[in-house]
Amino acid sequence: MLLIHCPYCQMDRPETEFRNGGEAHVARPADPMAASDDEWAGFLYYRSNPRGLHAERWRHTHGCGRFFNCLRDTVSDRIVTTYKAGTMRPVPAPEAL
Amino acid sequence: MKEAFRLPSPAGRPIRFVFDGVAYQGREGDTLATALLANGVHLVGRSYKYHRPRGILSAGPEEPNALVAVHRGPGRMTPNLRATQVELYEGLEATSQNRWPSLALDVGVVNDLASRFFSAGFYYKTFMGPKAAGTALWTKVFEPIVRQAAGLGERPHDPDPDRYAQFHAHCDVLVCGGGPAGIAAALVAGRAGKDVILCDEQAAFGGSLLHETTALIDGKPARDWLADALSDLAGRTNVRLLARTQAFGYYAQNFVALSERVADHRPAGSSAVRERLWQVRANKVVIATGAIERPLVFPGNDRPGVMLAEAARCYLNRYGVKVGARVVIATAHDSAYRVARDLMAAGVDVAAIADCRAVVPESVLEMAQAAGLRVIRAATVAGTRGRLRITAAGLSSVVDGVVASPEWIACDCLLMSGGWTPSVHLHSQSRGKVVWNDDRQMYLPGVPVQDEQSAGACRGLFGLGDVLMDGLSAGARAAGLSGQPRPVTVCGDSGTEGGILGRLPWRHDLAGPSFVDFQNDVKADDIDLAVQEGMRSIEHIKRYTTTGMATDQGKTSNLNALAIAAGRLGKTIPEVGLTTFRQPYTPVTFGAFAGASRGELFDPVRKTPIHRWASEYGAVFEDVGLWKRARYFPRPGEDMHAAVDRECRQARLSAGLFDASTLGKIEVVGPDAARFLERMYTNSLAKLEPGRCRYGLMLNEAGFVMDDGIIARLAADRFHVTTTTGGAARVLNHMEDYLQTEFTDLRVWLTSTTEQWAVIAVQGPRARDILQPLVEGFDIARQAMPHMSVREGTVCGIPARVMRVSFTGELGYEINVPADFGRAVWDAVWAAGRSHDAVAYGTEAMHVLRAEKGYIIVGQETDGTVTPDDLGLTWAIGKAKPDFVGKRSLVRPDMLARDRKQLVGLLTDTPGTVLEEGAQITAPAHPKIGDAALGFVTSSYTSPVLGRSIALALVAAGRSRKGERLHVPMPGGALAVTVVDPVFFDPEGDRVHG
Repeated sequence: MLLIHCPYCQMDRPETEFRNGGEAHVARPADPMAASDDEWAGFLYYRSNPRGLHAERWRHTHGCGRFFNCLRDTVSDRIVTTYKAGTMRPVPAPEAL
Repeated sequence: MKEAFRLPSPAGRPIRFVFDGVAYQGREGDTLATALLANGVHLVGRSYKYHRPRGILSAGPEEPNALVAVHRGPGRMTPNLRATQVELYEGLEATSQNRWPSLALDVGVVNDLASRFFSAGFYYKTFMGPKAAGTALWTKVFEPIVRQAAGLGERPHDPDPDRYAQFHAHCDVLVCGGGPAGIAAALVAGRAGKDVILCDEQAAFGGSLLHETTALIDGKPARDWLADALSDLAGRTNVRLLARTQAFGYYAQNFVALSERVADHRPAGSSAVRERLWQVRANKVVIATGAIERPLVFPGNDRPGVMLAEAARCYLNRYGVKVGARVVIATAHDSAYRVARDLMAAGVDVAAIADCRAVVPESVLEMAQAAGLRVIRAATVAGTRGRLRITAAGLSSVVDGVVASPEWIACDCLLMSGGWTPSVHLHSQSRGKVVWNDDRQMYLPGVPVQDEQSAGACRGLFGLGDVLMDGLSAGARAAGLSGQPRPVTVCGDSGTEGGILGRLPWRHDLAGPSFVDFQNDVKADDIDLAVQEGMRSIEHIKRYTTTGMATDQGKTSNLNALAIAAGRLGKTIPEVGLTTFRQPYTPVTFGAFAGASRGELFDPVRKTPIHRWASEYGAVFEDVGLWKRARYFPRPGEDMHAAVDRECRQARLSAGLFDASTLGKIEVVGPDAARFLERMYTNSLAKLEPGRCRYGLMLNEAGFVMDDGIIARLAADRFHVTTTTGGAARVLNHMEDYLQTEFTDLRVWLTSTTEQWAVIAVQGPRARDILQPLVEGFDIARQAMPHMSVREGTVCGIPARVMRVSFTGELGYEINVPADFGRAVWDAVWAAGRSHDAVAYGTEAMHVLRAEKGYIIVGQETDGTVTPDDLGLTWAIGKAKPDFVGKRSLVRPDMLARDRKQLVGLLTDTPGTVLEEGAQITAPAHPKIGDAALGFVTSSYTSPVLGRSIALALVAAGRSRKGERLHVPMPGGALAVTVVDPVFFDPEGDRVHG
């Protein structure tokens, strides 16, 4: 079971308190009706699915209820860092990897 | 004679036990295996496929053969326990497995005679079956026979009466394995004041030290050193010693799962808890799991009496049990020589030691010579004799790869050692790589990925001094100590080397089955065959032959299987690869995983404030999510059909009361609440006046219906929103998601109020009459409070929100009162209703009433691929709104396709026929195989008010098919139906305005 650091609660809490919310930084187009079918399909269905570092959303569902973002290594399942929603994807220090 | 193979003057008090109906005597401290061996019993089981007689191979958890069932009373039968781990207690009752009628005479042994048909890939080749003719024959005739004959223990049939506990623990240092390395590590970390957990799978700590009789540690006999160390550890409050506790799984972030056997070493019922599952989060982990001796692969290596060499030493030195009277030893490793030495000292006749190596270390040979041991070098075992027990071993010398004619030596035990395999399981489970060491021919732990280190034999150290020093160093590192720990001195243990992998040289004229995996009956020939038939990767070979796939997961067999495959493929072992070490290390009971989550505690139960009334009134409940909901209220003599019929009729005739408290409720508050809801629901809400309600339809971003409910505006900045019963949490999460991450500029707060409100629905022509005398603070007259309005006031003096809404098509109200008052208000409304002939109705009648009106239920008429237009709900879409969640998706090409399935009504030709929900719909009565269905039935009931069956369905281009006749093919023949409008009753919709 992962221990996840909630950037709002500032605590490491067990994975069962959280729910994964899919890839992070997939912005909803400001004017969806102006998007082409392909652009809209890209927003709805296409995800990066990387091998390695993945920026993803988590929600502290059984805690503060806040959505936040997380950099997780999809190979080792290791969480490198978590950060608040609406902030930029951080560049982790080499020693954190 | 009792305990004929026990050394004189045994320590423990006598204990009686029963194996396969025969009473025996053992000793306190015995395992079932040691007690049986003390009585000369080697034959303890029949093998998985061939039903070959099998004996005890090992002395530990790696045991592949000696699997037994232990019977501890009703519900307390445990199959497939390793006799080497089952601790003896007074009256223990165990049976062997996979034999009929008895262990000595087993009919299933015909499988052995037919063994050439059961070779590698047997399951794949035969269970697939010839496609047409063979299938029925296989599934009906052969497969049951094969399944009956093959296999291990039987499953228990009764519910498990035992209790299981689950502990969460944190510590600075977790040490897995209580042998010399683990104890040394725990000593250092414990003395440094660290919070330490030391666990070991056995009842006693000490590992190999428990049967070490010659070595001296710091000048003391090993067992004295052990006793001192354990008393040191036991005296420390910062050290927890967990005996009978297997570390079985290593997960992320130093999360290690342990399984503790609390009760099984005593008679049943003597402990409140049978097992504990420990979930330990450790800062540092020291893995000190030791090594497992490897069998040699030669013909007839599975006869009872053929054992691992060190197991015999363990049985002798620790339990005072001689494994036989006359022993032959075959080895490729130095360690077997000390086995021979100890056995001879105890008076066992060691006839010969056959060493597979041409070159044996001088020091070892000198020891053998001093003991008077006959050593045959460059030897192999060409075969064995005996049926239920080995009677002779055929030893041959090997010269230039040629195996000489064997010399048959009579024996009742053949001890073997192919060397030692470090137990790298936990390291591998922690995602650390294992690295092949070519010099030492073993896989060793590589660089740790988590904060763990391996110490002792599990990383390839076999000399006791090295192992202890390694444990001390590991403990020091884990405790964060900088200096070197004080060294220990060890005399009388110089370390051992050697080992061989794969199959021993053999003679073709003496071919017999050479087993690699004892538990799954996989032979060296099977692995050869798998390679010959094209398998290249060890993962494929494993699945094709099933080697390493039994409950022991190949602890004794994997390396030999790998070596044989590598040899056949002409590759090195690392080139062939290594299969994954999966959790659990040894089987863990389901009970331990379930813990308290059984029966009533399996899932929480949610009950409404009106639940008790419903129960008293005779309700039959159904589960809706975690909720218990009253399904119907049968009167004496009524079945469900009769009760539902009465409830539906009476609700339309006068009125019905319905407990709608399970509806999800969300309070949406804030200056931007209306703007927010406009984006979350398809409907136009900006102009919704306070005091008015609107039907709300919620889509996901892909444009599919995900929920619906009522949106009631209480004030400019306050809404009371309802959701489906099952969708409440999902909808709130969905709203929070958009509020927190997309529409972050909106000032809105969301609160789940599902459990704060009890909801009493009063539906039917008399609803207003019932409610009128109870209401204060607002006018519920027809004009004053029209359909789809909401008022705040009191009902029976209780603050209430009353909505005039209907899910029945009748005049109706939903009274929301604080949950604590729900029962009291219900009682008052019920009393008022009785004077108007009102009924209480349940969810079943609710379903019928809404279906008569063509009202959808999300999750019944929808399945996540249904759009508003599919349901005929385009009227609920605010066309002028620039955006809402899902809007853009509604104009994607597929969403506009003409042949999308649309909601329609269906009427059967015969009014009494009720279609099955989920049934497929086709145009012809007898569609061709392969033709797609037009759609399916989503809801189907008998309608009391119409006096016939009705159904809702999703049918391709359904709205354009009104009047068309379609078919519902069923096993008894196709049922003809006519497509109609989904609103069956009161299509003008006048009644809600009554």
